[in-house]
Amino acid sequence: MKLEDKLFLDQYKVDSESHLKIKDSKVCLDCTDKQCTWVCPAGVYKWDNEAKQIILGWENCMEMGACVVACNQFDNIDMKYPKGGYGISYKFG
Amino acid sequence: MCLPYFTLYTFRGRHIGLPLQKQSSWRTYLSDKFDVIIVGAGPAGSAAALTLARAGLSVVVFERGEFPGAKNMFGGVLYTTILNRLVPNFWEDAPLERQIVKRRFGLLSKQSEAAFEFRSEDYNTKPPYNHSFSALRARFDPWLAKKAEEAGAFIIPETVVDDLLWRDGKVVGVKARREGGEMEADVVIAADGVNSFLAKKAGLRKDFKWNVLAVAAKEVIGLPREVIEDRFGLEGDEGVAMEFFGDAVAGMVGGGFIYTNKDTLSVGVACSIDAFIGKKIVPNDLLERFKSHPSIRRLIRKGETLEYSGHMIPEGGHKQVPQVLTDGLLLVGDAAHLVNASLYHEGTNLAMASGLFAAEAIIEAKKRGDFSKEGLGSYHKKLTDSFVFKDLSKFREVEAWAHANPKFFTEYPDLCLDLIKDYFTISEKPKALIQAEVYKKFRKKLSPLRALVELNKVRKALF
Repeated sequence: MKLEDKLFLDQYKVDSESHLKIKDSKVCLDCTDKQCTWVCPAGVYKWDNEAKQIILGWENCMEMGACVVACNQFDNIDMKYPKGGYGISYKFG
Repeated sequence: MCLPYFTLYTFRGRHIGLPLQKQSSWRTYLSDKFDVIIVGAGPAGSAAALTLARAGLSVVVFERGEFPGAKNMFGGVLYTTILNRLVPNFWEDAPLERQIVKRRFGLLSKQSEAAFEFRSEDYNTKPPYNHSFSALRARFDPWLAKKAEEAGAFIIPETVVDDLLWRDGKVVGVKARREGGEMEADVVIAADGVNSFLAKKAGLRKDFKWNVLAVAAKEVIGLPREVIEDRFGLEGDEGVAMEFFGDAVAGMVGGGFIYTNKDTLSVGVACSIDAFIGKKIVPNDLLERFKSHPSIRRLIRKGETLEYSGHMIPEGGHKQVPQVLTDGLLLVGDAAHLVNASLYHEGTNLAMASGLFAAEAIIEAKKRGDFSKEGLGSYHKKLTDSFVFKDLSKFREVEAWAHANPKFFTEYPDLCLDLIKDYFTISEKPKALIQAEVYKKFRKKLSPLRALVELNKVRKALF
């Protein structure tokens, strides 16, 4: 089953602005492994090889925080929780 | 569930206002100062709120989700010894799925599986059975929060707490992300989960390393209950907890799981962050790989995926537990890294225990009017004297062992399964010859002495 189809099953209340931020996209150029792209179950982080930057699909974020930990050597991801009541809302959990 | 749209908020049994969305000024309905502010209405936060409210303390709980449990997910098994102290005979109305009467640990290679399974009718006589139940958190957490609310705690959903209020080096309240969101209390309990931004702001925890956290991805898969019962050998509300290692998760440090719910299965993988990065595989691909393994595929056949979820598990054990309290602030549950990552996989029970102990410590501190680190010190003592720290201490080497011995997740399972397969392969070769060949193959890979040393490592770490 494709990730997009799975995420489509989940219930989100999407805020108008992102709760995730790449602090400095130039820092990502020095990062060889792009760790943030490997740890996210929702595929929020994608490396765009042409634009040479991370594309953030924050609307799909499950708010688990693994991206921040994965990026700890650069400390280049700023995560705060979405506004109260926004973001993912599990039905089963 | 305390959905704000439908709840008339009560405080100590009194109606105090309209649903939050309809209030022009939400603060006019709340007093300026509470005895205790709790951040997070998960099992730890609600356990604390319930205990404090029953003792007559004024308690407010901030929850960032649409309702308590909206942001929460776990593998699937809840141990209930502490729950039974909080809500005696909880099984009469708690939204639980199935009592776990069977446990199964499977070791997978690409084509084969060896498993250890245990079931007992002694786990199946009467509630609370073996104090193990499968559960779904978006159903269980609201129920426990409701109990706290009924006891008089005031639960405010849809509210993020971003920071602590300090005065003279002591925590004296929180800053909620709302207009006029500053609120004071004698004590703040940070029950804000594994990321605990509050613990970090208070300087109680450092940044995490990759090896102390696991990333979990899970699907809830719907199947008719008769199919689940027939397929897993269950009757009525009996359930099974199954965990899988080795090729189940591509030889990574971690495992896969299937837990049976009433008419769904919780199917997922949980592996260390460094394993995903090292292997360059994303959680969803690992989960799909797990689901397509011949041993797993048959168990979830014809199921319909209903929800996909992810969460981080603090698996660093005893060595990662931060300082759990400071002046005016206590950490509970995942915020205090309280997860037993051994084969018991115990988290929510430790969360509820820590919530209960934190509340008891605050009740004692209130009698003395001393909310300093020393005044609240009995919280640490209660953790130390109970199974919480005793278990974490016993299993303190699990994480280090797993990371220092990757062979236990790759080479050894494969060898083990290969030998068993050879042993049972039927041919016209005399059995004595087959056995001799199996032993020879084993000797080639591992000397008997080495095998004993390795087994002893497992024993020390996991048993």
